[in-house]
Amino acid sequence: MAKVLVFIDTPGPALKKSSLELLTIARSLGEPAVAFNGELHDDVAAALGEYGAQALYRPSANDLDDYLVGPKASYLAAAVQSSGATIVLAENSAEGKEIAARLGIKLGAGVITDVVAVDPDGTAHKSVLAGSYMTTARATTPVAVLTVKANSITPEPATTGTAPQAATIEVPETANAASARITARNEKTASGRPELSEARIVVAGGRGVDGDFGPLEDLADALGAAIGASRAATDAGWIGHDAQIGQTGKTVSPQLYISAGISGAIQQKAGMQTAKVIVAVNKDAESPVFEIADFGIVGDLFRVLPQATEEIKKRKADR
Amino acid sequence: MEGCCYTVEETLKIIVLVKHVPDAQFDRHLSGGDKTTDRSESILSELDEYALEAALQLIEARGGEAAGNKVIALSMGPAGAVNAVKKSLQIGATEGVHLSDDALAGSDAAATSLALAAAIRHLGADAPVDLVLTGMASTEGETSLVPAQLAERLGLPQVTFASSLELDGGKLTARRDGDSHADTVEATLPALVSVTDQINDPRYPNFKGIMAAKKKSITTLTLADIGVDPGLVGLAGSWTAVETAEARPPRTAGTIITDEGDAGIKLVEFLAAQKLL
Ligand SMILES: Cc1cc2nc3c(=O)[nH]c(=O)nc-3n(C[C@H](O)[C@H](O)[C@H](O)COP(=O)(O)OP(=O)(O)OC[C@H]3O[C@@H](n4cnc5c(N)ncnc54)[C@H](O)[C@@H]3O)c2cc1C
Ligand SMILES: Nc1ncnc2c1ncn2[C@@H]1O[C@H](COP(=O)(O)O)[C@@H](O)[C@H]1O
Repeated sequence: MAKVLVFIDTPGPALKKSSLELLTIARSLGEPAVAFNGELHDDVAAALGEYGAQALYRPSANDLDDYLVGPKASYLAAAVQSSGATIVLAENSAEGKEIAARLGIKLGAGVITDVVAVDPDGTAHKSVLAGSYMTTARATTPVAVLTVKANSITPEPATTGTAPQAATIEVPETANAASARITARNEKTASGRPELSEARIVVAGGRGVDGDFGPLEDLADALGAAIGASRAATDAGWIGHDAQIGQTGKTVSPQLYISAGISGAIQQKAGMQTAKVIVAVNKDAESPVFEIADFGIVGDLFRVLPQATEEIKKRKADR
Repeated sequence: MEGCCYTVEETLKIIVLVKHVPDAQFDRHLSGGDKTTDRSESILSELDEYALEAALQLIEARGGEAAGNKVIALSMGPAGAVNAVKKSLQIGATEGVHLSDDALAGSDAAATSLALAAAIRHLGADAPVDLVLTGMASTEGETSLVPAQLAERLGLPQVTFASSLELDGGKLTARRDGDSHADTVEATLPALVSVTDQINDPRYPNFKGIMAAKKKSITTLTLADIGVDPGLVGLAGSWTAVETAEARPPRTAGTIITDEGDAGIKLVEFLAAQKLL
């Protein structure tokens, strides 16, 4: 059976949903093993077993996080060699893709990014050109490295749990040479809302919010949604750059995307048009966003959103 | 220590990687054969203009070309890719290099990075390259694999997704924004840096620049020139293969209503009907 190595990087006290998705996909492809980095909390260790990890690799070095990408790729390459894995799964974040990129060169392995599904024979499905094409691709090399988008499948624990076999991977001494050092790290304050790239619902605002994300935040909280933004809104400094959705921001594929005060430029659409359902609120009936909206409201977001929020709260209270 | 160790900065030799891409914005305007002017305005991947601007700012802060600094624009691609190089020269690059070879067609990121790495080594043969600058992603591929793979192949420190960049006596400092944190990253030259669209406001070519570009040289390189076996690149040398491609039916507009005072409630009714509440 194929060995499938899942890379899980510093999850903190609990595994992210996207990691559970990777483990679920790994089981469908073969025998899952985990290459872990960071502190291993008890809950995380337990979850790895519930999701069927057969082996748990950890690096001999604990300073991989002090360097940009390179040393993590060295660690993973060593883990692939020890485990005999032929498929590596990593998350589709900017860093996940870069680690995959370098791992690919180290192993002579084909790298496929933005994967949304993997067939049991290793064929990867992905959407390209901003969601306008669906393609299938394969690595033609003995090892394949795939980065899988969050929200691609529903995570499911294994029918029988495992007690993964722990092993330490020697990180080569040379791994840090010729690597950029991370000399300071500023944690961003957590909003308490779901993480944007994993959220089931996203409420996004653009120039039309005119500096006031309040009505969007209220609606997001009523829906349990994450907040996103167009570049016009992030450039104006109304919200952090990490909320930007689009070509040079994040790509999201939520169940529901509510776009408010966003015109729907091609660079914005690139990051959201694979959402299952799109709702748009815009004053201007000619806005291109209405070309892709399942439900469009020509109206003032400052009237429509608060009314919707009130209605949702009312319905919840009546239940 | 104070005052004891001031190092005179040497001249900079920077390679900026510029890609030739079809501009999605202009697609719908490309009907007749006489639209070439429109296209020549839009042939340099937008995101590579930020890398070029960053390079120009670095050399200008050190006396520019007159002081012996240089910015080489390098593009790999078919004949048309030379336009990305030309536009870079108009914007201000010192010289241009076009890597072009039929065998390169169909290269994936691994094959592209192999060829670009060889070209960069070739260009560093006379005098070493201090810095390789790239865009954050190519606007049509959107993979962002090439910069990381180049750093790996060239054994250079990788400083990617830089939203700010400072260079002080051979030490680079950059800011990189992650999802949950913003990092300060340091590396020493030579290094590979990719920049985001947050880093600067790229300049446009002006008349003087367009005239000056006519006198600048463009070198064309083939795989033989850079010593790359054609079997290692192109479709044959790629490590991934696309097996099927299916156009997704474009999204179509759904119900559009105009707010008559109750659109918020209608919105919630729609969400309830879609089981999204
Ligand atoms: C290299 C490059 C990369 C880019 N990357 C991105 C990216 O990643 N993401 C991105 O989003 N953009 C990106 N852009 C920018 C993009 O081209 C657009 O400029 C941007 O998306 C516009 O943002 P906007 O829709 O909020 O603003 P606008 O286009 O100004 O639209 C504002 C909209 O708000 C509506 N409005 C105003 N007031 C109200 C109100 N009270 N109620 C309802 N509606 C109202 C208006 O009718 C209008 O349609 C990029 C551009 C470049 C050149
Ligand atoms: N064919 C190419 N020629 C020159 N530069 C390239 C080429 N392909 C990629 N690059 C550089 O690598 C960056 C990222 O590209 P990509 O990895 O394809 O998303 C681009 O912004 C360019 O700077």
